[in-house]
Amino acid sequence: MKKRLVSLAAVLLCAVLAALPAFAVAGDTVPAGPDLQVSADYDWNRFRGQNVTLYVYNWGLYISDGSDDSIDVVKGFEDLTGIKVNYTTFDTNESLYAKMKSGAANYDVIVPSDYMIGKMIGEDMLEPLDFSNIPNIEKIGAAYKNLEYDLDNAYSVPYTWGVVGIVYNKTMVQEPPTSWDALWDIEYAGNVLMFNNSRDAFAIAAKKLGMSLNPTSTEQVQAIAEELKAQKSVVQAYVMDEIFDKMTGGEAAMAPYYAGDAIVMMEDNPDLDFVIPEEGTNYFVDAMCIPKGAKNKEAAEMFINYMCETEVGAANCDFIGYSTPITNVWETLDDDLKYSPIAYPSEEVLANTEVFISLPDEINSAMDMAWSDMKSYDEAGSGWMVPVMLLLALALIVFNVWRKLHRRQRSDLY
Amino acid sequence: MKQKHWRALQQAYMVLIFSFLYVPIAVMAVFSFNESKSRSVFTGFTLNWYKSLFTNSMILDALALSVAIALISALISTVVGTMAAVGISGMGRKPRLLINNLSYLPIVNPEIITGVSLMLLFVAYRGFAAWANAHMGADLVPQNIFGLPTLLIAHISFSVPYVIFNVSPKLRQLDVRMYEAALDLGCNPTQAFFKVVMPELMPAILSAFLICITYSIDDFIISYFTCGNLQTLPIAIYSMTRKKVSPEINALSTIIFLVILAIILFTNHMDSRKYRRDQQRG
Repeated sequence: MKKRLVSLAAVLLCAVLAALPAFAVAGDTVPAGPDLQVSADYDWNRFRGQNVTLYVYNWGLYISDGSDDSIDVVKGFEDLTGIKVNYTTFDTNESLYAKMKSGAANYDVIVPSDYMIGKMIGEDMLEPLDFSNIPNIEKIGAAYKNLEYDLDNAYSVPYTWGVVGIVYNKTMVQEPPTSWDALWDIEYAGNVLMFNNSRDAFAIAAKKLGMSLNPTSTEQVQAIAEELKAQKSVVQAYVMDEIFDKMTGGEAAMAPYYAGDAIVMMEDNPDLDFVIPEEGTNYFVDAMCIPKGAKNKEAAEMFINYMCETEVGAANCDFIGYSTPITNVWETLDDDLKYSPIAYPSEEVLANTEVFISLPDEINSAMDMAWSDMKSYDEAGSGWMVPVMLLLALALIVFNVWRKLHRRQRSDLY
Repeated sequence: MKQKHWRALQQAYMVLIFSFLYVPIAVMAVFSFNESKSRSVFTGFTLNWYKSLFTNSMILDALALSVAIALISALISTVVGTMAAVGISGMGRKPRLLINNLSYLPIVNPEIITGVSLMLLFVAYRGFAAWANAHMGADLVPQNIFGLPTLLIAHISFSVPYVIFNVSPKLRQLDVRMYEAALDLGCNPTQAFFKVVMPELMPAILSAFLICITYSIDDFIISYFTCGNLQTLPIAIYSMTRKKVSPEINALSTIIFLVILAIILFTNHMDSRKYRRDQQRG
């Protein structure tokens, strides 16, 4: 059977090569654009000339896009396959989810994170993948497959992964932090940045308390929220990408962030360092999936397979800076990065990490409530705000009505 | 002496206000030439961000979409809004007040409500189209409208009120006797409108058109809910905030700012020339 498949593939390949002399074989690779080679052992041309458009929805700046002297891998895919790619981007898992749920858009390939994949599988929003179209799944390291959110690895192909840790400025701390406690340390009041994203912030507080970052009861959520409230007086700002500028500019001493981005910051400012706290941390995976209702499932699988090609993966890994799950790509890295304890931590460190799983609705909503409650929480108390605002609105209405009446009176005079 | 101090204070105030307005833009323009990606440390001069901007197809596509939507929606809403303004001016007092207030609502309504409700409408429409098509057994009603059509509808619907409120005051200033004189001199109503009323309204219509373009390019929230699987420029920029907004955006914003500045300077120059010519002639 297998032999027949192989010979079939060979026949197909020959047919394709005969039909398209432009795509000559160099060794066992074919070119995809000027600086990219992909394996020739795959029928990249079966959709050529069929006017297929693939809708890809990925994180912003999360693919090698040709800027900054990188390789434009999307263009490479278009050249290679003749499939047009409509590439758009999102900013959080939640906005991706909202978009999919609203039914306002159809996508063929999406790249959610771990817990969101779990949630989408639970809600029957993802299509099981046909791995005969994605032979490159072989290249994904075993450590990144069959994770908690997708136990049988039926729905997702890992794209990037990483851990969360503390970026700190060596010149601004007394001693290097080793624990999440440092982010609560009153000594650094006004010098600590914190995630402006409920799931990541809760994970840190949970780890500090020695709890799982996937709370199982609303009481746990409350306990974690209390911890975050206690931290508020120390925090300079709740931010996301501003962390880059604030940390490289030396405006803050410490901030939790993703390992891949920490490496970028450390390149810009050698005073910075990164530590994975001893209590353990979050281990995240962003993976490619195909949503239910995708118009071109097979072409989408081809795209996923292309993204796992060694050279494509290497270009993406280089551009994004996050760790790659593709073994062949890892092998091509410089030794510095390959054995970096930040990008590729040791197994002992990884053993002490946890992935996010999708939480039950009640926990999620408790978390959202607690988060906005925490954000608006003010030790001095801000309960007076609401009545004052209401009074102001009332005054405005009264003034408007009075003005109208007044004006009418005046115009009646004439 | 006292007067002098007062003078200095006034000048300082003016400098302060203009700094608030223009320093951020200047900083952005300067950092578009920054060699590193940092937004706080200037490491060296480079034009690379401009170069890579013009090869970044995602940003360029988003820009093209934004500009196309802005032009088309501004054009349509100027026409529709002008017609509406003319119609409203011909109404009695009561209905005019009613219609004016009704068209004022979308302007004061928070954008997020407009955005969500438009999205709900479009989703509901899709359900309706599927049902209608199933009933008729043929694909007569277009079902997949999310994308360009929804974006256009959304932008037109929030632009039209701005046109109405720009053109209406001009219409009120208009001397009715001009129109009547045109009729007396043998124009039919259509001719009278295009030959007499329109030219008088033109400045208001033009400024309404420009306002529509600005609001349309500027809009994030409503587009966010109605864009389907397309993305406009603000949405593309917003999605970069998990990583770091690319300096290409600084480059692009600088270019946009310069283009707009050039347009303003040019129109002002033309206006003042026309004004001087009129003065000389008058």
